[in-house]
Amino acid sequence: MPLLDGGHVVEDPWVLVPDDAPFPADAPALVTLKRLPEARRPGRRLGVLLGPASRAEDVAAALPDLSLIAVEFPKFRDGRGFSLARTLRERHGFTGEIRAVGHILPDQYRFLLRCGVSTVALPEGADPAPWQAALGRFGVAYQPAAAEEAPLDHLRRRLAAP
Amino acid sequence: MDTIERHAPASASMYKGAGIYRYDDFDREFLRERVAEFRAQVARRLAGELTEDEFKPLRLMNGLYLQLHAYMLRCAIPYGVMSADQLRQFAHVARTFDRGYGHFTTRQNIQFNWIALEDAPDAIAALAEADLHAIQTSGNCIRNVTTDEFAGAAADETVDPRVYAEIIRQWSTLHPEFSFLPRKFKIAITGAPGDRAALQIHDIGLTAKRDAQGRIGFEVWVGGGLGRTPILGFRIRDWVPEDALIAYLEAILRTYNALGGRENIHKARIKILVRDVGQARFAELVEQEFATLPREKFRLDPAIVAAIEAHFTPPPFAAVPDAAAALAGAVAADAEFAAWVGRNTHAHREPGYICAVISLKPIGGVPGDCTAAQMDAIANLAEQFSFGEIRVSHVQNLVLPHVRQDRLHALWQALRPLGLATANVGLLSDIIACPGLDYCSLASARAIPVAQRIAERFADLRTQHDIGTVFINISGCINACAHHHVGHIGILGVDKKGEEFYQITLGGSASNDAALGDIVGPAYAYDDVVDAVETILRTYLAVRSPGEAFIETYRRTGLAPFREALHAAA
Ligand code: SF4
Repeated sequence: MPLLDGGHVVEDPWVLVPDDAPFPADAPALVTLKRLPEARRPGRRLGVLLGPASRAEDVAAALPDLSLIAVEFPKFRDGRGFSLARTLRERHGFTGEIRAVGHILPDQYRFLLRCGVSTVALPEGADPAPWQAALGRFGVAYQPAAAEEAPLDHLRRRLAAP
Repeated sequence: MDTIERHAPASASMYKGAGIYRYDDFDREFLRERVAEFRAQVARRLAGELTEDEFKPLRLMNGLYLQLHAYMLRCAIPYGVMSADQLRQFAHVARTFDRGYGHFTTRQNIQFNWIALEDAPDAIAALAEADLHAIQTSGNCIRNVTTDEFAGAAADETVDPRVYAEIIRQWSTLHPEFSFLPRKFKIAITGAPGDRAALQIHDIGLTAKRDAQGRIGFEVWVGGGLGRTPILGFRIRDWVPEDALIAYLEAILRTYNALGGRENIHKARIKILVRDVGQARFAELVEQEFATLPREKFRLDPAIVAAIEAHFTPPPFAAVPDAAAALAGAVAADAEFAAWVGRNTHAHREPGYICAVISLKPIGGVPGDCTAAQMDAIANLAEQFSFGEIRVSHVQNLVLPHVRQDRLHALWQALRPLGLATANVGLLSDIIACPGLDYCSLASARAIPVAQRIAERFADLRTQHDIGTVFINISGCINACAHHHVGHIGILGVDKKGEEFYQITLGGSASNDAALGDIVGPAYAYDDVVDAVETILRTYLAVRSPGEAFIETYRRTGLAPFREALHAAA
């Protein structure tokens, strides 16, 4: 699947490990929450896939071992992932990659970035152009968010060009 | 004749409705970006690149609904405050893109019922010319914040709620985290002890108040809402300091966004979450979230409050004495004017001034409707009599907030030929009715014609004045857009095997004494519902104690006498 980072399609090194499959020997492993305990091992690059009902607390203890947290959006209308991403950043200080996966619209791209999401997994064959356009569209915002932005005053800030 | 020109100091010559938040370049840049985005979305939809399912939440974020016959555009009037120029722009949109009228709603917005999809971007661009928009007037996001229609003018006000309503408007605009909530989210705020914003039927209700040292803080109500599961909000906190307002709102919204129901649209409002987890547990969850938020980041800096407050400085009131005697003279000389003053005015905090309510409920009219010509005329009158400022009330009337008492008679005379001087504010013909089956695709029954027939039955205003204050609310279906649960007399349209029936409730209230009405009995057919309302009102006249208002009588007697009379009449 194409992976979008800063509006550009990039290589995705991660392998999603099904629950019944062994962990890959040397590729970074993306596992489900269920398998997280057994997957934690020194030296392994590890990522976890969080379902929409997950809370940041579910992975809080494992954060030092995690390089990637993939947050699932079952339907673009389901906005729980925005709060999840933001809580991971703001409350738990997670600095690794947060990836949005699932059903997401380009119109939501800015919101995702502002909530602390770093990358978006696009469906196979998706055109990155509308995503790039969505990034260019808004240069201003009215509230603090998880992403670092240049505040103009308490409420208003100018969004950096990606 | 203009008060401003004649009496204002020279420094106020630039004065253009100080009670309106005036956009700067930043705000305008934002609106332009938004119009461009919406234009692109409509183009993608028209080209088939977006499915209706995908387009729907995007158009809803811009106030565009699909109704029975056409698209409906709901435009925001932030906290119900607008300038004369803005009202003229609405008139322009009504004329150019609609059929020459607009409809003011209970959420202090205006709706245009006949907009073509292709025209919607142009209509929105026209609104942006006057710093107006339709952002977040629908969809599962934080909606237009509402407040007291007499804000910044009312004699009993302790804190001007417009300042905080504007802060909340900005904070909630395209909020990155809270734009895809489980359901719509409505916030109301007031700054007076008398609740004129129906706080307890909102997802969040805020009362701005002062402590003993004069510092500002907020009492917070949460979890109110009507619809098919009517619930009144509960007080979650007695005091949130001013600088923590945004942080506390974030904490409530985040708790709701994470835990609110998403499976069933009818169980997705915050009221259901509060009911299911319990008030105490919900409060605990919010406090936990509040305690861990990076408070400095969300701290509402007093400098920001001051900067926004500067937009709402009082207009240059003339130093005139209270004109009570002159007004009393005019009232004594003219019974019709007296009736209008008695019902359609509200005490102003400034000596010599008064708030005037323009009723949009002419007998036999459509509640809340206003023609483009009337809008233009009201805009002119606002400039002549009220520093160019107009408010929309949550009962679908308009308000000129700052009228000189000694010019009130002149205003009234100017309103009469426009059909805008009906002396019925708070009377039985001041009905709140939703669009119902005449426009709304969700409706079970008509609401507007029921309102018209009730008003016509009591067309004689003297009878109405004798009956006095009674709020009648009529919803065309269980979604309760006309808040029938909190009407003194609530009427709910239901569908019984393809026929329109109406269930009646009594004793509801949306004020400080908020209550949900009690069902009187079986529903009435369309042809019988007006008779039933008349029976209820005649029963009240028969059993009331001297000086007792309808709602007071009901609270004293309960349902019994009304039930008996209805039963006897059936
Ligand atoms: S109450 Fe029902 S009929 Fe009336 S506007 Fe709301 S959804 Fe439509």
